[in-house]
Amino acid sequence: MRIATRIIKWHVYAFLYLPLVFMIIFSFNSAKSTSVFERFSFKWYGELFSSSDTLEALRNTMILALVSALIATVLGTLAALGIYMVRNKIYKQSMLSVTNIPLMNPDIVTGVSLMLLFVFVGRALGFSQYLNFWTLLIAHVTFNLPYVILNVLPKLNQTDRSLFEAAQDLGAPPPKAFFMVVMPQIVPGIISGAIMAFTLSLDDFVISYYTSSGFQTLPLKIYSMTKKVVKPDMYALSSLIFLVVLALLLGSNIFQMRAENKNAGVSRKKAK
Amino acid sequence: MKKLTKIFINSPYVVWSAMFVIVPLFIVIYYAFTDANGTFTFDNIAALKDYGYNFGISILYSFIATVLTLIIGYPVAYELSKAPQRTQKIQMMLIMLPMWMNLLIRTYTWMNILDNNGVINKILSLMGLGPVTFLGTPGAVIFGMVYNYLPYMILPIYTVMAKMDDSLLEAARDLGCNGFNVWKRLILPLSIPGVISGITMVFVPSVSTFYISQKLGSGKIMLIGDTIERQMQTNYNYHLGASLSLVLMVIILVSMFIMNRFSDNAGEGGMVA
Repeated sequence: MRIATRIIKWHVYAFLYLPLVFMIIFSFNSAKSTSVFERFSFKWYGELFSSSDTLEALRNTMILALVSALIATVLGTLAALGIYMVRNKIYKQSMLSVTNIPLMNPDIVTGVSLMLLFVFVGRALGFSQYLNFWTLLIAHVTFNLPYVILNVLPKLNQTDRSLFEAAQDLGAPPPKAFFMVVMPQIVPGIISGAIMAFTLSLDDFVISYYTSSGFQTLPLKIYSMTKKVVKPDMYALSSLIFLVVLALLLGSNIFQMRAENKNAGVSRKKAK
Repeated sequence: MKKLTKIFINSPYVVWSAMFVIVPLFIVIYYAFTDANGTFTFDNIAALKDYGYNFGISILYSFIATVLTLIIGYPVAYELSKAPQRTQKIQMMLIMLPMWMNLLIRTYTWMNILDNNGVINKILSLMGLGPVTFLGTPGAVIFGMVYNYLPYMILPIYTVMAKMDDSLLEAARDLGCNGFNVWKRLILPLSIPGVISGITMVFVPSVSTFYISQKLGSGKIMLIGDTIERQMQTNYNYHLGASLSLVLMVIILVSMFIMNRFSDNAGEGGMVA
């Protein structure tokens, strides 16, 4: 039984990584072809860094992801706090349901519905161009919000209400009591929500595709590149992204495992 | 005073989600039922009958893709949950890692591999076979869905299985339950919540995709997503695009409803992400 599942697992690994390996190999191809390997070269990497288009798209993506994650984190934390404080069950449930709408809807529906809103409002106000950086930003904040809320809310539910009340009884005004007592307990949730929002925003194509024009992010740039015949410079770019992500994830995992092992060692010593 | 603080904390999100979540949905409905002059009409809804085929194949292909990811993903999730504690996290991370690459890149790379002049056909011709036309076939589109969304099936099932208490399984065996019955009576029912969220996480993006069908279907296979994309980005017929989106939303809601009927019997939990 275990042998069979193990064989399937290794095949799945091979299946998942095959195109990535292919992509990395051909990013070093000296020829333009993506099927015949000529000889090893860094040509496409050089071309990548000399193209101002790609660098600008990279910069745009980072700006958008940072700003939208920041707004979504502030707004989402506030929203989670609001949902947590509401006592009225129906009101609370409907707020949670609304939070779930962007999660349940397919990206294309979220994108189209926001695009139609911007078109509708733009026409009503008599603009000639309906979409710009701000509409893109609004869209990104909107689909990031639920992820922040759903990361912060469980942390809030874990906190002890009486601690907050105790701080107030001891004379701290509510805002101070909140920042000194509640905030430190929910920070991990806020951070993981912010990271999630940031990465989702970096990676988003579908919603950006319907809500942006003019402001080109990396996924949008890749989309327009794949409409034509692609040169291996896209492979070079993707390979670089892949290596950065791999290094970050492996690093954080090894770090975490070391920390766990260390703790385990300490507790073992204590047991003796 | 306390009430004021509550209102102050609540209102930004209530206003934001009203403006950018609720209102847009009503605007979709508005566009679906009006024409270019803003007068009420059923024309856009009536026009949907020309798209029955596209809806049909979208549901069919994504259903097949979902079943395939379940068949492949379930044993992998089981295997991962039984892997040694030390490497389990890394192994799971390796499953999720390809998802960090943009879907466009992954799909586009497959397009190059499967192309008539691609690597696979080059290898086949060395063996004196082929060329086999992969692109433009339903198989290629389903293949793309399976490749892109398989980790979404593995993750929730793995999460549920990793939480399963080993002593429960041992107890069952001690009490004389044989291998097959442990599966049938314990592992399978306990993993249902993970399966349900896996199915949703694969089916929803598959049924609404347009990039996978565009690239691996060579534009010959038009799914719902492709028809919406065409109306919104090429034909600028927002009214028809809105009515197509509306139907897509209804399909998702109905399938969610059906799935929830199943999961109510199985208890809660399992939803990840």
